[in-house]
Amino acid sequence: MTAARREQLLSYAVLGVFSVLAIYPILSILLLAFHDRSDLVTGFSIPDSLDFSTFSEAWELGSFGRGLINSFVVAAAVTVVSAVLSTLAGYAFGAMRFRGSNALFYLLLIGLIFPYEATVIPLYYVFRDAGLTDTYWALILPQIGLSVPFGTFWMRAYFRSSPASLVEASRLDGASSFVTLWRVLLPPAWPAITTMIVLIFMWTWNEFLLAVVMIQSDELRTAPLGLAMFAGAYRVQDPTLTAAAAVLVALPIVIVYVLLQRSFIRGMFAGAVKG
Amino acid sequence: MQTGRRDVDDRLARDVDGKIPGRHDGGDQIIRQVVGAERRHLDGGKRAPGEPRRVAYLYLAPAFAFYLLFAFGPLIYTAWLSFFDWDGLTVGTWTGLDNYREVLEDPDIRASFVHSLVLIVFYALLPCALGLFLAALIAHGRVRGVTFFRAVLFLPQTIAVVVVAIAWVWIYAPDGPLNAVLDAVGLDSVSRGWLGDFTFALPALGLVGTWIMFGLCLVLFLAGIQKIPTTLYEAARVDGAGRVREFFAVTLPGLRGELAVALTLTTILALRTFDLVYVATSGGPGTTTTVPSWLVYQNAFSTGRVGLAAAVAVVLTLIIFVVAFAITRLVDRDPSR
Repeated sequence: MTAARREQLLSYAVLGVFSVLAIYPILSILLLAFHDRSDLVTGFSIPDSLDFSTFSEAWELGSFGRGLINSFVVAAAVTVVSAVLSTLAGYAFGAMRFRGSNALFYLLLIGLIFPYEATVIPLYYVFRDAGLTDTYWALILPQIGLSVPFGTFWMRAYFRSSPASLVEASRLDGASSFVTLWRVLLPPAWPAITTMIVLIFMWTWNEFLLAVVMIQSDELRTAPLGLAMFAGAYRVQDPTLTAAAAVLVALPIVIVYVLLQRSFIRGMFAGAVKG
Repeated sequence: MQTGRRDVDDRLARDVDGKIPGRHDGGDQIIRQVVGAERRHLDGGKRAPGEPRRVAYLYLAPAFAFYLLFAFGPLIYTAWLSFFDWDGLTVGTWTGLDNYREVLEDPDIRASFVHSLVLIVFYALLPCALGLFLAALIAHGRVRGVTFFRAVLFLPQTIAVVVVAIAWVWIYAPDGPLNAVLDAVGLDSVSRGWLGDFTFALPALGLVGTWIMFGLCLVLFLAGIQKIPTTLYEAARVDGAGRVREFFAVTLPGLRGELAVALTLTTILALRTFDLVYVATSGGPGTTTTVPSWLVYQNAFSTGRVGLAAAVAVVLTLIIFVVAFAITRLVDRDPSR
């Protein structure tokens, strides 16, 4: 065996070990969930048969159908509005010159780093006084506010990279700024927009702090919030049931990830490196 | 032979890399050659084309309305609230800097910031080190299936932290898989309920952070390595550099930018840990796993000390700004460039 070959095998071995480490925790709750609720599960025990009844029980008890719908409504609304607003703003920053563009851009950049922790307190009290806590609005509006900086930043980078001559030619042809955006710049921008949509959707779907603060009623809980409450109630006496609930909540994003894996990863690093 | 493999690696990377906005340099160069000086003139250097236009404000207005109303405005409002003693119900009283004094002096609050520092080691330093190691291994171990490994190692990053927390609570449980492993290799004496242990609860939470973050770091570094010119590696090899020297002389300097981004992102996420603490430990046992976000939540919405919570939030935000700024500066001041 040559040295190069040995090196290659070692590389595979190390990668294999880390891949197992990355997957095992997810696999472990899946295995736990397939056990019967009455089984006493310890360590690495593998279920004798695949038991789906735990999933349906968890689905009923935690009303996760409701939670997934809530999460979907909120994430879809936030994503659609943020994507449209970010594309418009990114277009202005990336393809137009105007007074104060740098100052405005820096103002927006601040929004890329500060967390919900810094805004959630006044948001709660203002929304409470307006009677908006415990509504979809309490989750949708703030998340648009904090998604727009990323989206604008992302689309600005995209529009900057598209050839300036395209915009110039379109202008010389007498096209309005909106026609230039719609007819000339947007068609080739779809891959960038898709990635932005995927990322904002995932972040919104997984958001927890805002939901915990804003939502009190069971019917409006998002999936992660419902899961946290469910775990609080059942984790100790019923780990298999809790595991099944966790799998149900994770499943939609994992499916999207498997299908759109490239968009996820491309976006994650491209967006970050541009910073 | 060697170069052939490298080509495969490059192509694997490029099919992801090629579509990144802002990376259209290839196409851009062609246009620059064709249009030449004319374009450079129109372009006005790096600025956006055209005359200053008022219509731009119209395009910005809706995005800024949402941002100012629901993000930036509340940030300022939080800072304002931090100067009050307020229970969230009655009228608050102005107390100046009293809340900040309490943030600095209260041992529990100070401890929560120290816990954050510990978490930074696990969320940021460890994953970056691991990511660097793995990236060097993948990119130049002439390994096939990079796309597959990358997808697998990145998976933890996509799952809701609440789900992650539930999985790890089970792994750390007294009769969970971790203790089963320890028992199997004869370390029964070490096994325990990890998240209930005063010494080990915080590092145990930290390792969950390591697990979430290392794939993210790896993906960033892999992208960066593909941008390092292969000639540098060939030169290193001609000079007789081994894998280790090659790593420190070529790979590490070439990844400065990506390392900065990875460190900034993961450090910010470490400072913002909330979901994991909420689900896995609720700050316990005792106060061994309290973090600033948890105290913000507790004080603002459970114990009715809204002003103090706001002060903690402001300090946390300031720390995040300083960290982001410092890391960027540290990387910009590169002596070798």
